[in-house]
Amino acid sequence: MSKRTVHFKIYRYDPDKDEKPYMQDISVELEPSDKKLLDALVRLRAKDDSMSFRRSCREGVCGSDAMNINGKNGLACLTDVDSLQQPITLRPLPGLPVIRDLIVDMTQFFKQYHSIKPYLVNNDPAPERERLQSPEDREELNGLYECILCACCSTSCPSFWWNPDKFVGPAGLLAAYRFLADTRDQDSAARLDNLEDPYRLFRCHTIMNCVDVCPKGLNPTRAIGKIKDMMVRRAI
Amino acid sequence: MNVAKRTFDAVIVGAGGAGLRAALQLSEAGLKTAVLTKVFPTRSHTVAAQGGVAASLGNSTEDNWHWHMYDTVKGSDWLGDQDAIEFMCKKANEVVIELEHYGMPFDRTDNGKIYQRPFGGHSMNYGQAPVMRSCAAADRTGHAMLHALYQRNVRANTQFFVEWMALDLIRDADGDVLGVTAMEMETGEVSIFHAKATIFATGGAGRIYYSSTNAFINTGDGVGMAARAGIPLEDMEFWQFHPTGVAGAGVLITEGVRGEGGILRNAQGERFMERYAPNLKDLASRDVVSRAMTTEINEGRGCGPDKDHVLLDITHLAPDTIMKRLPGIREIAIQFAGVDPIKAPIPVVPTCHYQMGGIPTNYKGQVVVPKDGNPNSPVAGFYAAGECACASVHGANRLGTNSLLDLLVFGKSAGETVVEDFQSGQLKLKPLPADAADVSLARLARLDGQTNGESVFDVGLEMRRTMQKHAGVFRFDNLLKEGVDKIGEVAERAKRTEIKDKSKVWNVARMEALELDNLIEVARATMVSAEARKESRGAHVRDDAPDTAENPNGRDDANWLKHTLWYSEGNRLDYKPVNLKPLSDDVEPIALAKRTY
Repeated sequence: MSKRTVHFKIYRYDPDKDEKPYMQDISVELEPSDKKLLDALVRLRAKDDSMSFRRSCREGVCGSDAMNINGKNGLACLTDVDSLQQPITLRPLPGLPVIRDLIVDMTQFFKQYHSIKPYLVNNDPAPERERLQSPEDREELNGLYECILCACCSTSCPSFWWNPDKFVGPAGLLAAYRFLADTRDQDSAARLDNLEDPYRLFRCHTIMNCVDVCPKGLNPTRAIGKIKDMMVRRAI
Repeated sequence: MNVAKRTFDAVIVGAGGAGLRAALQLSEAGLKTAVLTKVFPTRSHTVAAQGGVAASLGNSTEDNWHWHMYDTVKGSDWLGDQDAIEFMCKKANEVVIELEHYGMPFDRTDNGKIYQRPFGGHSMNYGQAPVMRSCAAADRTGHAMLHALYQRNVRANTQFFVEWMALDLIRDADGDVLGVTAMEMETGEVSIFHAKATIFATGGAGRIYYSSTNAFINTGDGVGMAARAGIPLEDMEFWQFHPTGVAGAGVLITEGVRGEGGILRNAQGERFMERYAPNLKDLASRDVVSRAMTTEINEGRGCGPDKDHVLLDITHLAPDTIMKRLPGIREIAIQFAGVDPIKAPIPVVPTCHYQMGGIPTNYKGQVVVPKDGNPNSPVAGFYAAGECACASVHGANRLGTNSLLDLLVFGKSAGETVVEDFQSGQLKLKPLPADAADVSLARLARLDGQTNGESVFDVGLEMRRTMQKHAGVFRFDNLLKEGVDKIGEVAERAKRTEIKDKSKVWNVARMEALELDNLIEVARATMVSAEARKESRGAHVRDDAPDTAENPNGRDDANWLKHTLWYSEGNRLDYKPVNLKPLSDDVEPIALAKRTY
């Protein structure tokens, strides 16, 4: 890749000085080694140090740099900058309060994650060695435990936009099923009780935006379906 | 300026593996604890660890902690303290089993036990053959571990201060530690966290190098804060260059790839590690493999149009194995190298990965400094664990999978020590000095008022380039000498950094300038310590200290079997002895020997 200039349209808002948000047109010349959108944003920051966004691992595992990229949620570090149509339009994740520029307040998102009791419950006395789990049972956790809590899914979900305080959202429900599916966990009944509610689980209308945007290729809709199955099975 | 004060029994800085493990100990014991973290806990860099955590569970091959201890001492090139190493290797099974009980989704063997894979430098029967010691969750062990630890802390109701950046360590006239100052990123407000105990678990500073596997956040905040507060830094010349960073991108490819059968090849397709390490080959210790790769490249046998990398080949492995055991690596290779490793080898180069040195501690997690003739006198109220600390278990070179073990064992140990000291009434809430926040406020005022200053981006870049050129995989006397001067100049420039963004709200520019202050301390410590150590040992290999009969591998035990201590003030060096005596009588000291694999 050679040097090239890319054009951006970026949502800017600094409550310390701006009365209201605005879209800024800005361009930057990229070095040949700049491949990902995050590389370009770092290059932009060298030019304008007020450009604010979260970032850390730059390899798609910490979940910091989720943003709305040309209308679709994704991670800046896993998005090839040259694959994007210009001007590249960047906005904060939809549906959450904006703190500044591309940085959103994720309190509501984490509140929902915490609401599903995201930890293993096993009340038997701890054995001296590991609790055994067959490779097949362990495989049930694949596609669930890999979630990086980036919030791309929940903030692309219309049901979450309308009811962020009541609907757990795809990330939280994926985590809920991760524990329901774990043969070592003993809290299934309470976990299902916790979700048996017109909103918490059942606001999912299988719109599947979550599946479309997940940067880790996970499928929260399928996990939600499995929770619904468990609800039905215990009802009959 | 009015500074809010908050009071706790204990404050922990950092919420990666070590901080979260320590926090659990404190929360479960009922101590009022604040965990400060500049990123949401699951975004800490422990999340990026891939290959596994070492424990001699013996689930697939025979194993015991004695062999693990031997491998670790040998891996450290005898610079590790044998009491701490014994402690770590003995505790490994306990902390890994605990993690499993917390819900960590380890892969499993056919009989349902934790899956273990071979890893570099880990052997059975004192170096005879590779052993399966690395407990793994696919190639996402750090992610699975960090999330399990966070989840357990949610259960324990640990109090987190998320997106708070610690600024400076608070010490009183006796040198005792009373807490930290910290800035809330959302508001820019500074607070004092006043506590009976302060635990640093702030991770490493791999971002001092140009080419690094480390995250943006790995800026050595705790190490920098400690150095500025007069605590010496131990063995900072020893940096691990991981053999397999993706060429150009720097992103890590786990050693677990070689553990699963991956092979390094040069431009001729030769498996060159057979020449350098006839016994363990591609699974030799990381320093050995990184030097072999660099030698291949330097001698013209590198791959690609610029002959600047080698290839990591797993095309001979069954696609099923790759999909099952190395799925994350496949994603990374496709994303960052543009190759599917099922079909084509991955271009790799040695890349800065891990800081072996750090804040000096003992095996209990207490920070120790020379005082009144005792080289290891505890600093009251101050503890450290994980990559920011130097216990020292890694010595001159860390073995893969021992870092995740380090943060579990010493995170827990530091937590246990604080709980013991708290319950025995030994920990007191000493009165804060009147000027407790002055240093931090002065730094912020300087930064906000600076005009005609230096760009943080430019100074940072100059630092990273200088470190890369002058203190890399191989080190040269003349480059080190020049490097000391150059880093000194960069440090002077860093005193005059200027930011254009003056906003109070989530000001990334201010954060990066404050982080640079921490990185600079680490860079100075590294260069000065490296220039002074006139031998080759572990990851520190100099041109003027070659392999001779008298000094095998260039290692000079007569003069240099000692830990470096660097003091920020005056760039001063001191040394202290290596502890060659294990903690208990269960094991004989591991006798000095030439390191070969």
